Amino acid sequence: MPKVISKQQITPVTRKYVIAAPLIAHSAKPGQFVIVRVREGGERIPLTIADYDAKAGTVTIVVQEVGATTHMLSQIEEGGEILDMLGPLGEPAHIPAGGHTVGVGGGYGAAALTCIMREATARGDKTTLIMGARTKDLLILEDELRRACTNVEVCTDDGSKGFKGFVTERLGQLIEGQGPGRPDRVVAIGPMGMMQAVAEVTRPFDIPTFVSMDPVMVDGTGMCGGCRITVGGEQRFACVDGPMFDGHQVDFAEAVRRRKMYVKEEKLAVTCQRAHEGGE
Amino acid sequence: MPVKRIDKTAMPERNAKQRARDFSEVNEGYRYEHALFEAERCLRCQDPVCVEGCPVRVPIDKFIHRVAARDLAGAAQILRDANPLSSICGRVCPQEMQCEKNCHMGARYRPVAIGHLERFVSDWAQGQPLTTNGQAKKPWRAEKVAIVGSGPSGLVCAGELARLGHPVTVFEALHAPGGVLRYGIPEFRLPNRILDAELDGLRRLGVEFVNNVIIGKTLTLDQLFDEMGYSAVFIGTGAGLPKFMNIPGEGLNGVYSANEFLTRINLMQASSFPHVDTPVEVGKRVAVIGSGNTAMDCVRSSLRMGAEEAMVVYRRSEKEMSARVEEYHHAIEEGVKFLWLNNPVEVMGDDKGWVTGLKCMKMELGAPDDSGRARPVPIKGSEFVIPVDTVVLAIGTTPNPLLTRANKDIRTTKWGGLMVDEGTGETSRRRVYAGGDAVTGAATVILAAGAGKRAATAIHEDLVKEAQPV
Ligand code: FES
Repeated sequence: MPKVISKQQITPVTRKYVIAAPLIAHSAKPGQFVIVRVREGGERIPLTIADYDAKAGTVTIVVQEVGATTHMLSQIEEGGEILDMLGPLGEPAHIPAGGHTVGVGGGYGAAALTCIMREATARGDKTTLIMGARTKDLLILEDELRRACTNVEVCTDDGSKGFKGFVTERLGQLIEGQGPGRPDRVVAIGPMGMMQAVAEVTRPFDIPTFVSMDPVMVDGTGMCGGCRITVGGEQRFACVDGPMFDGHQVDFAEAVRRRKMYVKEEKLAVTCQRAHEGGE
Repeated sequence: MPVKRIDKTAMPERNAKQRARDFSEVNEGYRYEHALFEAERCLRCQDPVCVEGCPVRVPIDKFIHRVAARDLAGAAQILRDANPLSSICGRVCPQEMQCEKNCHMGARYRPVAIGHLERFVSDWAQGQPLTTNGQAKKPWRAEKVAIVGSGPSGLVCAGELARLGHPVTVFEALHAPGGVLRYGIPEFRLPNRILDAELDGLRRLGVEFVNNVIIGKTLTLDQLFDEMGYSAVFIGTGAGLPKFMNIPGEGLNGVYSANEFLTRINLMQASSFPHVDTPVEVGKRVAVIGSGNTAMDCVRSSLRMGAEEAMVVYRRSEKEMSARVEEYHHAIEEGVKFLWLNNPVEVMGDDKGWVTGLKCMKMELGAPDDSGRARPVPIKGSEFVIPVDTVVLAIGTTPNPLLTRANKDIRTTKWGGLMVDEGTGETSRRRVYAGGDAVTGAATVILAAGAGKRAATAIHEDLVKEAQPV
């Protein structure tokens, strides 16, 4: 079973795990994900691979506590084991090279950009990461991300650090030529609403925009079709055809709605979990 | 006394009302006296044509005679040698289209209940104390074989190769082995304990199982050969991607592929939610599109998940239905409705994006099509909406592209199935074999088992030939 080598709390609700998974680390490419199950009877949830180290045989994931499974994951300490972990899944990110590559990371989504940006920088792109959070305490992995990119643009909603405003506003300014300048392409990872907003900002300028979709998944291997999304009017399976898609083609309205299909059940699961924990 | 031989000995089954509300097995299995009586019905034909109807040529006549002679151990041995998954096949094979179809008794009366007997004997064998000490056998040959996928073809291939002395590792992508036997076929038809017993049997033969590894992603075929020292690989990855109809509304909440619906219920045990964490949305009224065994499994599962009304919607007629007769009858007994000659054209939804209905067009049967079945033709202006909350599409699958995308040297057919040599099962890449649904498209457990067995023989011969000094 994959072992948690290190665990680090990076915001009150976000943790970074370095996990020993040599086979996955060896095969992983930027943009891919793993499927994790943390207890018997537990759900299978997809988590983006934030970083990996083939030599050390480790995979890094950054997890925000949002539901029953991520809560259970948060209870696993260093030295503990993860019941099941399958990967690397999905197609690696195929980001065209050259020019100015701009990553936009919302919340914990910024973590998922670590290895994508590093790869782009290494091959000679000028790279900028626009990372945002509500307030400065919620910004994650800033130092690591600075090492992976040429520039980092920090945005906070409350202005406690960097640019005061949303990542999309700062992106708009870059497109107008401010700061590090107009992007040749944009890679956005974060909540669906944010990725959709990014795609709307770049659309009028025809700037190629890649988004990483994280629909509800079961197997993650193309077997169930639960992860289907509509891209350019065609049905695609995020786990085998994605998770990266052309942000201008994705039917976000449908994706957002499908993502919420089990909200009721997720709440119930969390309630049961609380009751259970309270009783212990 | 020929009179008492007319009818098949009925399979004891649980009361329809009661069983349609839980996932325990429908069929209770023969008792000893049923089996003896049924075995006596066999005419002991000179030409046991039943055997010809069996895709893996189980010596049906011989095992039935052992039953009649009250030698269950002998019968079990015959079955085990011929079909390593007999406790499963006895439950899920479409016998009426295979062995039992050929039975001479069937010409005048009802055929011998070969499937029920097969199940009885293998269940009996599973209940016997182990003759070995439970320790796994040690392989005695050097050539290791990797099996990709733990569905029927992979399991049979693994078992045969282990029997022949090879070290065998089965790689499964999911967190539990069994493939479609685990995620697809519901417990009321194939209880997990039966599958687990078969898997334990394979472990005792020395087969090693590794979960959470997907070949083509976690490991490549090259790694299996070059770094891990496997001499041959068998691919039994199954049928893969579910088909959708490409009608409007398939993206609505409450629309499932059969694979997802069944996986949530079987593999993830959604019936125990919230004690387990994976839910499934089953509304009051459920429509399942399709007419195969998978459609029956979905529609009957939805009753068990609490649906008040569950129906099958199919664009052809009852005659063209492809499900096993037994499943069809069980479904009717359990209260499933069948809407024949209705072609779904749109899934309707509310403003929140949840399913509210299935719009269908009435069909009539026209001239036969390429498959020889009457072609359903839409009746103009016949659209109507069936109010439902959940729609499940059980209309088949297409091959999973993961492995072939990563290995361009493995050639595929036009529709994406793996191309293999018919005799040996070898693919276009040397020492890589394949069988089961990944080759044939969605077919039966027994056909997959047969392919696994053939490939095992070919792999063994291939490897042994090489090992022998010339
Ligand atoms: S998660 Fe099942 S097909 Fe993608």
